[in-house]
Amino acid sequence: MTDYVVPVLLLLVSIFALRRKENAYDLLLYGAGEGIRLVVSIVPALIILLTAVTMLRASGAVELLGRYLSPVFTFFGIPAETALLVLIRPLSGSAALAVGAELMGQYGPDSLIGRTVAVMLGSTETTFYTISVYFGAAGIKKTRYTLPAALFADFVGFFTASWISKLFWT
Amino acid sequence: MVMSWVWVGILCISVLCGVALGNGSALGAAVAQGAQAGVTLAVSIAGSICLWSGVGKLMERSGMTGFLSKLLSPLLFRIFPTTKKDSLAGSYLSANICANILGLGNAATPMGIQAAKRLADPNRPGLATDELCRLIVLNTASIQLIPANVAAVRASLGAAAPFDILPAVWITSICSAALGLTAAWGLGAIFRHD
Repeated sequence: MTDYVVPVLLLLVSIFALRRKENAYDLLLYGAGEGIRLVVSIVPALIILLTAVTMLRASGAVELLGRYLSPVFTFFGIPAETALLVLIRPLSGSAALAVGAELMGQYGPDSLIGRTVAVMLGSTETTFYTISVYFGAAGIKKTRYTLPAALFADFVGFFTASWISKLFWT
Repeated sequence: MVMSWVWVGILCISVLCGVALGNGSALGAAVAQGAQAGVTLAVSIAGSICLWSGVGKLMERSGMTGFLSKLLSPLLFRIFPTTKKDSLAGSYLSANICANILGLGNAATPMGIQAAKRLADPNRPGLATDELCRLIVLNTASIQLIPANVAAVRASLGAAAPFDILPAVWITSICSAALGLTAAWGLGAIFRHD
């Protein structure tokens, strides 16, 4: 079933565009060109952050962190291997991508850990960044309960990702 | 600035752990390996990012965003009552949510900022209203149809079916949005008189 979601979506969007008499092909090319600029803009961050993450892993710190946090993580059913991802996800999108890619490479993309990491990455956001951009632009200083509510939503994301992955892939 | 602290923190911990656990040689090698891995990652997901960026342009122009926002408007009226009186806020809001769902990050942020400005209380400037908090929670729950970057990383590492995580991602995002909104409602009742 899921095999067809993406191809059919591509087909539908293209048909929609043609019905609107839009030049679908040119739009695709134009958007892909914007994509190149986006990739180029994130390359420096990915290089620096993957250097940091690889050093952290090689030094043995990630293992240590996982061991110390594992009582908390196992209590909630979240794999302790994902500890670093959970900690860094709300702070930086490219750092989370770097950590996630490193984890998926380490454990294999189709392993339970690899899949849990993928679901976590796909279903959470860079909370602190989002809050600072939106509230900064709207001039909001008293944020009241926004941060706890948003972080709670993140926690629910990590929690659900772990359990649903266990349910689907073991 | 935050990232500078994260960077220095990670380096400190790495060096300390490397010394304490005797992993010095691996740590030295990791510097070169990590930088190389950064380029490899960027190149391996570049094609997918470009393709979806193109598809995003197509979605914007093909009227899919408009179609989706019509579908979602009854739900948005419930969560953001202001949009019943302020139709402009409503259209910014639905444009923001729909762009998020379709994975158009660049289009979502300006729309979200416009919506945030209209949802703020003009009589109490600088205060996050309940609806503003809900807007943030909805945005940070990251409800998206196709998590293209993650699928690209999976594909580059040789996953058998890179997109087979889709249903799990959808269920997870909906759970975190729903429970996040519930928490916001609960906290809103507690923080009423501040």
